[in-house]
Amino acid sequence: MADVVIPIEVARSFCEGRTDHTVDGDNIRDLVKELSKLYPGIDVRLNQGLAVAIDGEIFQDWLLEEVAPSSQVNFIPAIEGG
Amino acid sequence: MGNEKDYLELIDGEKKFRHIGTRPIRPDGVDKVTGRANFGADFTMNGMLHGRVVRSPHAHAKIKSINSTKALKLKGVKAVVTGKDFPTLDPSDKAVGEVTVSFFDMSRNVIARDKVLYDGHAVAAVAATSPQIAEKALALIEVEYEVLKPVMTVSEAMKKNAPILHKGMKTSGVEPTPSRSSNVASRAEFKLGDVNKAFKEADIIVERDYTTQTVHQGYIEPHACVADINADDMATIWSSSQGQFMVRALVAKLLAMNTSKIKVIPSEIGGGFGGKTIVYLEPLAVLLAKKAGRPVKMVMTRDEVMRATGPTSGGHARAKIGAKNDGTIVAGELEMEYEAGAFPGSPVGLGCMTGFAPYNLKDVSCVGWDVVVNRPKAAAYRAPGAPVAAFAVESAMDELAEQLKIDPLKLRIKNAAVEGTQAPYGVKFPRIGCLETLTEAQTTDHYNSPLGPNQGRGVASGFWFNIGGQSSASVMVNPDGTVIVATGSPDIGGSRASMALMAAEVLGIELKNIKPLVADTESVPYSDLTGGSRVTFATGKAVVEAAEDAVNDMKRRAAKIWDVDFDQVEWKDGSACCIETDVHKPMTIADIAAMAGKTGGAISGKANINAKGAGAAFATHICDVEVDPETGHVTVLKYTAVQDVGTAIHPSYVEGQMQGGAVQGIGWALNEEYVYGKEGQLQNTGFLDYRVPVASDMPMIDAIIVEVPNPGHPYGVRGVGEVPIVPPLAAVANAVSHAIGIRMTDLPMSPPKILAAIDAE
Amino acid sequence: MAKYHVKTTINGDPAEFLCGTEQTVLDCLRDELGLTGSKEGCSSGDCGACSITLDGRLVCACLVLGVETEGKDIETIEGIADGDDLHPIQKHFLQEAALQCGICTPGFIVAAKALLAENPNPTETETRYWLAGNLCRCTGYDKIVTAVMNAAAEMRGE
Repeated sequence: MADVVIPIEVARSFCEGRTDHTVDGDNIRDLVKELSKLYPGIDVRLNQGLAVAIDGEIFQDWLLEEVAPSSQVNFIPAIEGG
Repeated sequence: MGNEKDYLELIDGEKKFRHIGTRPIRPDGVDKVTGRANFGADFTMNGMLHGRVVRSPHAHAKIKSINSTKALKLKGVKAVVTGKDFPTLDPSDKAVGEVTVSFFDMSRNVIARDKVLYDGHAVAAVAATSPQIAEKALALIEVEYEVLKPVMTVSEAMKKNAPILHKGMKTSGVEPTPSRSSNVASRAEFKLGDVNKAFKEADIIVERDYTTQTVHQGYIEPHACVADINADDMATIWSSSQGQFMVRALVAKLLAMNTSKIKVIPSEIGGGFGGKTIVYLEPLAVLLAKKAGRPVKMVMTRDEVMRATGPTSGGHARAKIGAKNDGTIVAGELEMEYEAGAFPGSPVGLGCMTGFAPYNLKDVSCVGWDVVVNRPKAAAYRAPGAPVAAFAVESAMDELAEQLKIDPLKLRIKNAAVEGTQAPYGVKFPRIGCLETLTEAQTTDHYNSPLGPNQGRGVASGFWFNIGGQSSASVMVNPDGTVIVATGSPDIGGSRASMALMAAEVLGIELKNIKPLVADTESVPYSDLTGGSRVTFATGKAVVEAAEDAVNDMKRRAAKIWDVDFDQVEWKDGSACCIETDVHKPMTIADIAAMAGKTGGAISGKANINAKGAGAAFATHICDVEVDPETGHVTVLKYTAVQDVGTAIHPSYVEGQMQGGAVQGIGWALNEEYVYGKEGQLQNTGFLDYRVPVASDMPMIDAIIVEVPNPGHPYGVRGVGEVPIVPPLAAVANAVSHAIGIRMTDLPMSPPKILAAIDAE
Repeated sequence: MAKYHVKTTINGDPAEFLCGTEQTVLDCLRDELGLTGSKEGCSSGDCGACSITLDGRLVCACLVLGVETEGKDIETIEGIADGDDLHPIQKHFLQEAALQCGICTPGFIVAAKALLAENPNPTETETRYWLAGNLCRCTGYDKIVTAVMNAAAEMRGE
């Protein structure tokens, strides 16, 4: 079960403000699928403008990135560079 | 600067790099010192027309009609395009990636439809047989406007009865979604712990408001391109940009064209700093070329660059820090509003994420508001969003140090983020070099030197994420054993040199035998643009992997020639060697290349990657100033930039990034600002009165390289390009504040502002 | 629009071109003669990217009309090197990594050469003030000033 943190704005819209979740899955796609079972529509929102940090490493394109059962996963805004 | 020593250590120490860390002459250097290098405006074609853009004189107006009849009658005018010639895009059509864009908005930024939203907004474009005729035609395109009241600042835009730029735009990120249209596009929030509780536990709290103005990237080369399109709709674009693939993707999207019908050939790029990560002219040039049936060249004037491209957001920030008497900071709060310009999308969210990142804080809250105003749409600028946030936080840290009577570097060292520290955006840092930049700064002669009367010293730290992303590289071995390294990353500051150095390191050959090149969109696979401090990291990683792939290919060839197993061959000093027998003399790349036809054809290596593991960058700057109490003029006496760069591939160009970023930040702090008239017209559209730093304004900038290798790169590289602009705003402001004994919170700190502050005391 | 026939010397060689009265010498060099080494950054004399010399005097090519160069001696970036032999200023720009994007480099090199013709031993301050008319947004000027001063030393035989 990975620890997943979603942005406050998304949490407000979909999860009554709850940002921290414990979710089962082997990759981010699985985690998002699991989350959307509890919070319908959140999968679409998480696909808009968000990057993912898995144990501190940031992925802009995250769909199939693998997660370990102990992973810390943070959805964060995509990082734009100059 | 100490890098020569580092280099020797590399040679004799454990790393034993042969090329990494050396300072050779850049491969494209001679062309750039002799005037041969071709930049955006240097390309011409036979039969080429010249395109110009009609721009709005109003900051906010409805377009009632556009009549180009008279212009089209002028001899020599071949085509006019307006918003009507562009495809209608779906408002929900957004792309997320290195630059998050709404194509709907971008299309309207390239050319206005029903409304103009800033002074300089493109309304129509014309192509004619000479620049002079095109210029004349501009005045003949008749545009009827219904002028609306402009909204120029964040505070005006957020007022209840403010004129609305985009009807129907509702503030996102607030619950419930408001029913009224607003100029506030969105709210972003990042939170750790319980900040209110933590402030209650603080012995001391500092809190203040800070403001900054809109500033421009200020690249010396104006935007320029040539577009040609044939009757089959096959388009070719020569342009100066931070990414040929970005130009291709955006033109395809905005003009509803098939990507395979667009070829983009990158020219040399004369500076970008983020400002050339989007398109302005290219879609117009393609449409004009299509209508006219001839190639069209478009080059912006400086006036157009200032009015219609870039800039980065001015904004307001309130920073609050709570600490214990021993200097341990326990709570941090940041609330910011950034101007997005005419369309949503300021980097305020990135500002929220970066402001407190250099510090170990368990309770922190950062809120950002993205606000549209009648100014040009903000574009990326070097560490987008971070400098303004750092200005507020680092000024507050300085004030805290002052009040606690603690040395400002010691205060930062006590609270510095280290491996495992949770950043305000929730992520735990891997190995970082924040602390190392602080302790290195402490030991400098600069920091320990005395100051004279009217002088002050300021320090500040800064953070930037750095990104990886998609990069491709091809390593092609020529029949004589020389090597071509092709990538899709425009060379904006010497990256050809770092690509060649990394390839040379893997291949074990002399640098002179490697030719790095920046290929067009049909000669290398897709690559993300040059931005986010990603090229030496991500494209460098692709080059290393492609070179390793080529080495493996050559080892296979050698095994074949010697009739031994592949694992009997090792690669040493640019040659294949047979491990267990000395029967076979080592074969150099040239030897193997000469046999390529007999061993399976041409030799090459390739790598197409989405690079992971970009290491974060931290920097600490020290600035000494002297303020003339009579005039309020600030002289920067001495400046030191300390930065963790992971590993410096070519230390001279790493130092160059640090020095250049620092000076851009000094300009932001002291001189630069957009000045608008009452009706919203930009008043300072040239370098005479939009004053970027000149040589006589600056001292030497000491660049101190700290190397905490990034485990995510084969040679330890971290991005270096952006973080140097993060600390200077606060470093300079802290120095000025100490010199005059008054806290300066409003940028730029121009002489009148400083005099007013002194007089008010 | 009638064009004027202008006869000049460019980088030591006779050169003739036709130009309109509104065309600057920068337009003529770039558009009529194909000498694109001089760059246009502002067309108002503020950035120095188009620096050339006219009869040895340093000017911004965007501030001089083409017709004004009749009979004059023009030197541009294309004439600084002697064949494939780089001028010491060019060599030091490369050695000291005094360029990043390179757009301002031609103007800086032309301006620096004019400086050293007038003052072969400039101080750092003199160098900085002479080059204050040339904008560079990439380097922060540090390495440019170093390159010019090192080139001066080499040219003095030090």
